[in-house]
Amino acid sequence: MELFTNQVLAGIATGAIYACMALAVVMIYQAIDHLNFAQGEMAMFSTFISWQLMQWGVPYWGAFVLTLALSFAGGILIERLLFKPLAKAPILTNVAGFIALFAIINSVAGLIWDFTIKQYPTPFGSSPFLGSQLISTHQAGMIGVTVLLLVLLFIFFQYTRIGLAMRAAASLPESARLVGINTSWMIALGWGMATAIGAIAGMLIAPVVFLEPNMMGGVLIYGFAAAVLGGLTSPLGAVIGGFLVGIFENLAGTYIPGVGNELKLPIALALIIVVLVVKPAGLFGRPIVKRV
Amino acid sequence: MSAVEDVVTEAPAVEAVPKRAMTLGLGTSLVVLAALCLAPLFVKNFIIFQMTMLLIYGLAVLALNILTGGSGQFSLGQSAFYAVGAYTSAILMEHANMNYALTLPIAGLVCFAFGFLFGQPALRLSGVYLALATFALATAMPQLLKLGFFEHWTGGVQGLVVTKPDAPFGLPMSQDMWLYYFTLAITVGIYIASVNLLRSRSGRAFMAIRDNEIAASAMGVDVALYKTLAFGVSAGITGVAGGLGAIAVQFVAPDGYTITLAISLFLGMVVGGVGWLPGSIVGSAFIIFVPNMAEGISKGLSGAVFGVLLFLVIFLVPHGARQVAIVAQGLIAKLKR
Repeated sequence: MELFTNQVLAGIATGAIYACMALAVVMIYQAIDHLNFAQGEMAMFSTFISWQLMQWGVPYWGAFVLTLALSFAGGILIERLLFKPLAKAPILTNVAGFIALFAIINSVAGLIWDFTIKQYPTPFGSSPFLGSQLISTHQAGMIGVTVLLLVLLFIFFQYTRIGLAMRAAASLPESARLVGINTSWMIALGWGMATAIGAIAGMLIAPVVFLEPNMMGGVLIYGFAAAVLGGLTSPLGAVIGGFLVGIFENLAGTYIPGVGNELKLPIALALIIVVLVVKPAGLFGRPIVKRV
Repeated sequence: MSAVEDVVTEAPAVEAVPKRAMTLGLGTSLVVLAALCLAPLFVKNFIIFQMTMLLIYGLAVLALNILTGGSGQFSLGQSAFYAVGAYTSAILMEHANMNYALTLPIAGLVCFAFGFLFGQPALRLSGVYLALATFALATAMPQLLKLGFFEHWTGGVQGLVVTKPDAPFGLPMSQDMWLYYFTLAITVGIYIASVNLLRSRSGRAFMAIRDNEIAASAMGVDVALYKTLAFGVSAGITGVAGGLGAIAVQFVAPDGYTITLAISLFLGMVVGGVGWLPGSIVGSAFIIFVPNMAEGISKGLSGAVFGVLLFLVIFLVPHGARQVAIVAQGLIAKLKR
């Protein structure tokens, strides 16, 4: 039983990261109806920026805030320069654009910071949390930050004018434009926020998986799995999906014989396919209605 | 009835290409074929090897092109099918001592089955969802190949070494050159078959699905069957390419078939022009030679150069090499007048 509780808690902790990634994926999906395959690389790049800032002597939280601001600006810049012109292009062109971005960021990060594995500090420390043996302080911190982020986003979308405008622009762009919302900037804002959220995910997971240009590969797939499980149209769903995927991953690794560590990615794949086949809209997503 | 309905204006994933625009004319094809036949006589073995790889990747890009350009579904997971084909060939050659040429149709069939089965769940997916599922497949494949369970057959992380075949009937050719002509024969055969496939009833069904799924099903096209069939055919051809690749490289290992390969093949298709079959070879040349040139400029830069070029392609020539070819054709026609 202790093993079980242990694994569930550890699953919730890694799930927090998947939840952040999924949240970032959903933010962009909401804004432009495309999956951002470069999301993981963008998060990795942000994490490297924060690492570099810390190398230059900026304290952790200073680097954290600065990185968020830079990522936000970077996300908007990417949208304005690269993806705004592609807004009306076929899906295929957009996918190609994301893949190109993926390749560029991965390669540039490798060029600047090379492929050696780097230690990344944790602001919470790695001692056991509140004296319990179950989770470490860092894991508890990860969960805390994710929940805080979700609450902030909820407040933003539910109670601020600009959050309302973003929701309007995402669900009914034409009508939103008619009532005077600048939908084009709402999309850019979505990109900025998604990039910043991705940066948080990257900075939280870097102490666990260590910092290197390919660190987000697996995390991104899990983020996708979480987003699909929760429903690509629902931020809350994405977060719940993230936690569920984290728990599921850990339990499957512990209890299904032969899974262990080496089958982790195939589990995510299986999860994605099963969810898409059984419930394509995900647990919390809106079903897609097609008009003929 | 809620006042606000979610309306998904389903844009086709790929822009429509009329079937006549999918191939080269007979004359041009023969010139290209003659060039491909004669070229190896004048170059070194290493370049012959690279040309072989050009044909092999060309085949894999062609397969993706049939899927995407033909039926409008895309796949970021072609590396998985390629890997299955390569491993099928390698295992049959090494463990069953089978003739290399015989392993290829088997690799093709195995991959056809694999693609057809993967196409079943993929049926319910379209657009980004399909890209996502296949992306996950490509990421998961190297790990599946490393599994301890299959290790006896696959050689685990170390992979398998494949022996390169000699030229048969005592032909006075180097191994590389024989393999090149062998690959060329298979490529030409599959190319002709693909052109005919796209011109057939099934090909038109694919294109109808690509352009408008609902209209296609209203016309009596069995959408589910043809979509999975497209996946199967595409995977089958990729499998043959994978088998050839294993023989040419003389080695299979899980890390040779990562998402990078899948991305390369995808790029090859976009650069060559989606739905334009001869573009596959152009795209394949792009994915083989551009990284080499980029490495020449600066080590580790190939990804960035790749990405930047890809952005240039989608911004400047969205239809890839096909667009260039059409412009060139126009110029030639003008000169003739």
